Amino acid sequence: MSFPWAKHYEPKQPLMRWLDEKLPLPRLVYNAVGAGYPVPRNLNYFWNFGVLAGAALGIQIITGIVLAMHYAANAGVAFGSVESIMRDVNAGWFLRYAHANGASMFLLVVYIHISRGLYYGSYKAPREMVWLLGVVIFLLMMATAFMGYVLPWGQMSFWGAQVITGFFSAIPLVGETIRVWLLGGYAPDNAALNRFFSLHYLLPFVTAGVIILHIWALHIPGSNNPTGVDVKGEQDTVPFHPYYTAKDAVGLGVFFLVFALLLFFSPNLLGHPDNYIEANPLSTPAHIVPEWYFLPFYAILKSFTADFILPAKLWGVLAMFGSILLLFFLPWLDSSPVRSANFRPKYRTFLIVLLVDVLVLGYVGGAEANARNVMLGQLATAYYFAHFLIILPWVSRSERPRPLPGSITEAVLTKHGGTSPAKTALASN
Amino acid sequence: MATVDDQLPPGENPALLDEETHDPRRRDFLNVAAVAFAGVGGIAIVLPLVNQMNPSADVLAQSSTEIDISKIAPGQAIKSSFRKQPLFVRNLTPAEIAAADAVPVNTLRDPQSLEERTKPGKKNWLITLGVCTHLGCVPLGAGEGENKGPFGGYFCPCHGSAYDTAGRIRQGPAPQNLHVPDYNFNSDTVVTVG
Repeated sequence: MSFPWAKHYEPKQPLMRWLDEKLPLPRLVYNAVGAGYPVPRNLNYFWNFGVLAGAALGIQIITGIVLAMHYAANAGVAFGSVESIMRDVNAGWFLRYAHANGASMFLLVVYIHISRGLYYGSYKAPREMVWLLGVVIFLLMMATAFMGYVLPWGQMSFWGAQVITGFFSAIPLVGETIRVWLLGGYAPDNAALNRFFSLHYLLPFVTAGVIILHIWALHIPGSNNPTGVDVKGEQDTVPFHPYYTAKDAVGLGVFFLVFALLLFFSPNLLGHPDNYIEANPLSTPAHIVPEWYFLPFYAILKSFTADFILPAKLWGVLAMFGSILLLFFLPWLDSSPVRSANFRPKYRTFLIVLLVDVLVLGYVGGAEANARNVMLGQLATAYYFAHFLIILPWVSRSERPRPLPGSITEAVLTKHGGTSPAKTALASN
Repeated sequence: MATVDDQLPPGENPALLDEETHDPRRRDFLNVAAVAFAGVGGIAIVLPLVNQMNPSADVLAQSSTEIDISKIAPGQAIKSSFRKQPLFVRNLTPAEIAAADAVPVNTLRDPQSLEERTKPGKKNWLITLGVCTHLGCVPLGAGEGENKGPFGGYFCPCHGSAYDTAGRIRQGPAPQNLHVPDYNFNSDTVVTVG
């Protein structure tokens, strides 16, 4: 579905007409990301991040396929094969650093993309399905990133695998059996490394498939916008191409600049030196920490220190998975009909507190587990759950939103002109 | 007007075609039977696909290990390996045994006495997996000069679980005592684990 004023694909060249009759692929592209997709005219740069995430996935797939040509998924030689990629393979260092830092860039833009959705209410009706599929993509990304981190078979790889598969042993009765089944042994070893490699190669393509569904679901209602007001007419939209292809290209340029800075000047900034030590099942590193993008969830896991009906370990694991699964219910936890936080003063304040709270969790996740940090983590965990389960349902019922603009066009013209021709036109009619 | 659908092919008995309308359960039965047959076949194919994930024969073959304990003096411990997991063998001093026995068992998170965790007459030999029951790190305390934690047994550096001289959980997030594998004394100096 699209707006009735969407431009129609009319191939002029005979070859394109012939192709359109046999396999209308150019038509699909035209209607999806071309001039045939009308988009609100007021999107800001936060709307770049979906395209940036897609670009990051593309980079991961290309560099990953090439790395797989040089990597050996065998516990005996995996660490050595990664070192050989770094030292011997032509431009191997570049490909591996691009893949490792590319994962960080991917998660970074996705976190901003999710925050954008939270701020502008993009998860609300009629875009709930877009949001749900987005959470599925996020879960797939986390699984892929974790399994990818195991492949170099360094100390952090091994102990990360040990700790994360240890989550499953928290399940009562069958937990240990499940853990052994997942690992194919009693500790991470060759069997685990091989299956992680297989799945690490598979899941990005599954992710790409879900992304297609995500975009499909988005294109049914069309894109949200910073005002959160529905598109009312043709004057509210511009064609995706060339307007947003151009704007996305600007964002892509900035993305590549940041990526290049990380990749060429500080490729190990986000990694851990311990992962350059080969996996040793008999010695745990003094300080195990996951990659930066998992730290908030790791902090939630660590915040449960006392048994309460269930063992502390099970609470920690349930809370950690729960913190993500909670996002599936977000469209129904927030009942306010107003989408954009720009017009929801109370929600806006609490959302900013939530974003700071997640950063605090991230800090706690990476910090030493002393009494002060544990307390800070517990407070931050409590706020995280309170935000979604108490504050949000309450705020969405009690707050009085600011007046919404009559239309996207009105909002745009008021912002830029002071006097609004649209308003004048509406008043004279 | 007669259509192709209404026409019977020459020689066809109309009574046979009516059978379906007379006895609709016959068609339902065939449907259920066909789908069930395919379903059972599908499950039969899924079983090996699930089972291939379980530990393979060569992994299971490593499940028995012999350890020489003659060189371990009282107060010392060694780190060995069992099923690719660390294994701690510790020769407890009388003071450590006394410390473990002094704790009322019912106050523990995972109530077990030192007797239950060792072999009869071999109370000084504490053999446990070196795998923290929280998330699987290797606790410190078996090596010379390592931090034994506040209870003088083992201390896990990952999330601060502290075990006592009987390898029992006393403080921190771990839910259970360090696991005791199946083992037997072949002689006074050789132990077979597994």
